Amino acid sequence: MNIDDIFKQRKKRWNSLINIRKNIKTEQFECPKCKKVTEGGVLKKAKWICGECGYYFKVPAHDRIEMLCDEDSFKEKFTIIATGNPLDFPGYEDKIHENQEKTGLSDAFLAGSARVAGRKIAIGVLDSRFLMGSMGTAVGEKICRLTEYAGKRKIPLIIFSASGGARMQEGLFSLMQMANTSAAVEQFKNAGGLFISYLTNPTTGGVSASYASLGDIIIAEPDALICFAGPRVIKQTIGQTLPEGFQHAEFLLEHGMIDMIVRREEMRDVMTRLLQMHKK
Amino acid sequence: MGRKNLTPYEKVLEARKADRTNLVEYIDTLFEDFIEMHGDRLYRDDPSIIGGIALFHGMPVTVIGHRKGKNTEENVRFNFGMTSPEGYRKAMRLMKEAEKFERPVITFVDTPGAYPGLEAESNGQSNAIAESIALMSRLKVPTISIVTGEGSSGGALALAMADRVWMLEHSVYSILSPEGFSTIMWKDRSKAAQACEIMKITAKELKEYGIIDGIIPEGKRSIAAIDKVLSVELSRLKKNSGDTLVKNRLQKFRRINESAFKNDAS
Repeated sequence: MNIDDIFKQRKKRWNSLINIRKNIKTEQFECPKCKKVTEGGVLKKAKWICGECGYYFKVPAHDRIEMLCDEDSFKEKFTIIATGNPLDFPGYEDKIHENQEKTGLSDAFLAGSARVAGRKIAIGVLDSRFLMGSMGTAVGEKICRLTEYAGKRKIPLIIFSASGGARMQEGLFSLMQMANTSAAVEQFKNAGGLFISYLTNPTTGGVSASYASLGDIIIAEPDALICFAGPRVIKQTIGQTLPEGFQHAEFLLEHGMIDMIVRREEMRDVMTRLLQMHKK
Repeated sequence: MGRKNLTPYEKVLEARKADRTNLVEYIDTLFEDFIEMHGDRLYRDDPSIIGGIALFHGMPVTVIGHRKGKNTEENVRFNFGMTSPEGYRKAMRLMKEAEKFERPVITFVDTPGAYPGLEAESNGQSNAIAESIALMSRLKVPTISIVTGEGSSGGALALAMADRVWMLEHSVYSILSPEGFSTIMWKDRSKAAQACEIMKITAKELKEYGIIDGIIPEGKRSIAAIDKVLSVELSRLKKNSGDTLVKNRLQKFRRINESAFKNDAS
């Protein structure tokens, strides 16, 4: 059976998800930093920044796209690609269903085409609310297809990452997505494409060590944790305790690993200018 | 060596044994006239990676792999086969040189994972691994990887995005160490044996999934078997142009996704 046929079989199932996309406007969110409680609708308008202390909340994938792109310009693509359970991992299907119900997403990656100040782009967003934004087969396949789509249309590729790394429940299939996504992005760049990799809190492990580190331009949000091995892993594996602020965006900028740190409020402006300067 | 019916966790222990054949021994027995190259030209020479040029049945090849020691003193020197960004950058430098002179690249994978440390992080561990995978994906020369011991996480994949990937019978290839997996899944480092049962990390399982190309038996005839795999695969791969090699390599890895969806039980 062809892979597309398999996806088609699932289409029905995923279509039903749109209807359960939870309305988070009325949900209450407590700021992890200052403990102030704010309604989802208010936070959404404030770009998911705490009005009290300026803390950056996790941004739902759809909201991230709205924050960057021209109104109603986003067209979702590759919706039918969704994760199975390749290893027969115990409890994985339930976990996936639970996360689908919670986020209204079929998996952790939302992809499509959109416009920024009129310029057409291919855009993808990892949503860290879905299984920590971890990269399994569906996420990897969607990143590859989005990249190939951008290559065919000769439009810029912009990916926002927020991920704990590779998805444990898909084992080596997940590791192989580091290979697939890196290869896809490498091909795209060598053919003349512009890839802007936008790192948000947190971008770690297998995502940080694959396509996300391969941007022509790499941008990070302030204070985002970006690393290969997180502080806990380092402590457990080799017993080193990391200094305060280590592995945060500012540290990476200082060490030459990223191009710039851009505040959420200025994201659209900076991206618009960058895209304008990359016209051939 | 050569024992059958090991459980996945017994294979992990086997793969980690200090007296297991290591890279230096493979180079000595499989190749002639090995000349080692050093350094990443940026910062230092990472001793956890050996790389150089050698003759394989008279044919010049580039050989790169993770190095583990036979005893504690050696292991401390080679950082237990845990590679730092400098090691991957050395490997990349040698791969580029191999491509320029149209030599095949043969890698040997045996690492508990990329080094998770302060200095490795500040020198760009993520970047080094990503760049190494990306480079391997577009090399226009034949590439073969053999997982000989522990193939753990991105630290293994950084040397294993090859045209052909083979595993030794008792080697393991995993998304991270079973201990790390156990910590993440159950917040308990001690359930490694249990983790191994569901992680699917053995050569047999990975061959069934189509993730690796073949299994090399262990025991007395192991070296002869590796020699044969390298000979046969190299002669097949060498018939292709550089562009065909790249195209086939990308397709091979993408096909793994198809089998992931086909294996879907739901």
